[in-house]
Amino acid sequence: MAIRTVSRTVLYLLLIALSLFYLMPVYVMLITSLKPLDQISLSEMWQLPHSLDLSSYQLAFEKLAPNFMNSIYLVIPATLLSALLGSLNGYVLSKWKFRGSDWIFTALLFGMFIPYQSILIPLIQFLREAGLYNTIPGLIFVHVVYGIPITTLMFRNFYASIPEEMIESAKIDGAGIFKIYQHIIIPLSITGFVVVGIWQFTNIWNEFLFAVTITTSSQQPIMVALQNLSGSQIVQWNVQMAGALLAALPTLLVYIFLGKFFVKGLLAGSVKG
Amino acid sequence: MEPKVLPSLQSGSSLAVSAKKRRKWNVDHWLSFAFILPSVIAVAVFVYGFIAWSGYVSLSNWNSLVPDLSFAGLKNYLFLFKDFRFQADLRNTLFFTLFFILAVLFMGLMLAVFLDQKIRGESLFRNIFFFPMALSFVVTGVIWQWLLNPATGVNLFLKKIGLDSLWYTSVTVIPGIQWSKIQFGVPVAVIAVVIAAAWQMTGFSVAMYLAGLRAIPEEIREAARMDGAGEFQIYRKIIFPMVAPITVSVVIIMAHISLKIFDLIYAMTGPGANFVTDVPGVYMFETTFRGNYYANGAAISIIMLLSVAIFIVPYLISSRKGES
Repeated sequence: MAIRTVSRTVLYLLLIALSLFYLMPVYVMLITSLKPLDQISLSEMWQLPHSLDLSSYQLAFEKLAPNFMNSIYLVIPATLLSALLGSLNGYVLSKWKFRGSDWIFTALLFGMFIPYQSILIPLIQFLREAGLYNTIPGLIFVHVVYGIPITTLMFRNFYASIPEEMIESAKIDGAGIFKIYQHIIIPLSITGFVVVGIWQFTNIWNEFLFAVTITTSSQQPIMVALQNLSGSQIVQWNVQMAGALLAALPTLLVYIFLGKFFVKGLLAGSVKG
Repeated sequence: MEPKVLPSLQSGSSLAVSAKKRRKWNVDHWLSFAFILPSVIAVAVFVYGFIAWSGYVSLSNWNSLVPDLSFAGLKNYLFLFKDFRFQADLRNTLFFTLFFILAVLFMGLMLAVFLDQKIRGESLFRNIFFFPMALSFVVTGVIWQWLLNPATGVNLFLKKIGLDSLWYTSVTVIPGIQWSKIQFGVPVAVIAVVIAAAWQMTGFSVAMYLAGLRAIPEEIREAARMDGAGEFQIYRKIIFPMVAPITVSVVIIMAHISLKIFDLIYAMTGPGANFVTDVPGVYMFETTFRGNYYANGAAISIIMLLSVAIFIVPYLISSRKGES
């Protein structure tokens, strides 16, 4: 029993030490963002601020607010549209399989692993031609299209758990593809929509490559603006940390309140569902 | 696939219903195509079509602002493999991928085993290890740029114990064997980026391993204990082999993330002095959109795609087969 107590203690100590390591960046981000610039000296980096100073938040907010709103206008329609498309595709590819549908599914999946650099040059040419370059609708379109594979995968795996018998008996009762979707699938999809919605929200909010190549200045989402903050000549670390926190806040809040669904999405996204 | 009719309902009296159903099924069959057609076309054009177009651009002379799609053969690829920056990129990607995957696997398995010991406050600990995944690589890059700044950050502690590191500003390559144009070896600066990336992504492997550990029935452990196996033996002989397939999934997912990494490095270090932290993703972005070398950029992107496809295509095909 004594060995057990010792090993339990060691286990907890290790877990606490590792937790501190994982929390350290957040601690530093918070304390740095709350200090005035003259307190951001090297020796004081790890110390708590002498007094709370919110001026860096004010500055970060002034600089980032328009881009924050751009991200909101981008992420909400893009998440909704791609979840809807994914639900339709997942429904057909799990409950209305036809010859070759599994291969179509696999071919779709490839799209979620490609480095987006490999489609970027044609994509930008296309967006210019279509008049969507440097617009939020253009970015929405891009995220919906390249979100198809992952949302389809998540919904297909999700619908696989709906018993085949339910669909069959509905068919026997004369229900068609629409009715079954409307009356059986949709009501059972609430969790699916939450998981996919959270996943897409987080990914689109955090995305950088499309954002930085497709939009310029006033159209840019928050992550590009945050990156630009550090591009300025004198790096104001307190403002930058405040900006990082502002930029991270929406996805952090989603994680704090709906973390369970976020992790579900994470596991569903690794193909074998 | 023909719809499976429940046997009990397939009695003779429902022949008329069955005929009606078949007609209906045919209509629905076509409707189901219509449902997925937009997505199939979109992916065909925007993924496969655009990849083909990028491939074509990579074989062209379009290395200025004005598109010039005349055929250049493999000129751009040959240029890249002789290019100092691209050689450095390949070296950095190799070591970044290697260390990143090892760190994520090791930390992930260790933390998952710890969390699986029926500990108190498990969900709190779990959330602490998971939350960085909800952050953007850009945010991670900004924070760790400050933490691993050579003048500040963790160096304030390390200096006290006699260690002093330049982190991502170091240009040292260990051992630095001259190979073609570059010094081959581990660039010290890459370690800094690995720490930041592993900090963010460990949660993924913890979640995967934990799900795997939880799926192992308690009876198996009980039976092993009955046979007199110690806890370490149970893990080594029974549990680790059972979660081995998860390792394959984690390696593939992490490899494809690391081979196409861009935002973390762009936000945290940029290409670095002597390109010690440069990766193909950053080079592609800068040469294409800052330098207007479109054909070179396309060639880099195609090399990135191929390197990812080596991992992903077998993975997709095998999980396809495993299902049917």
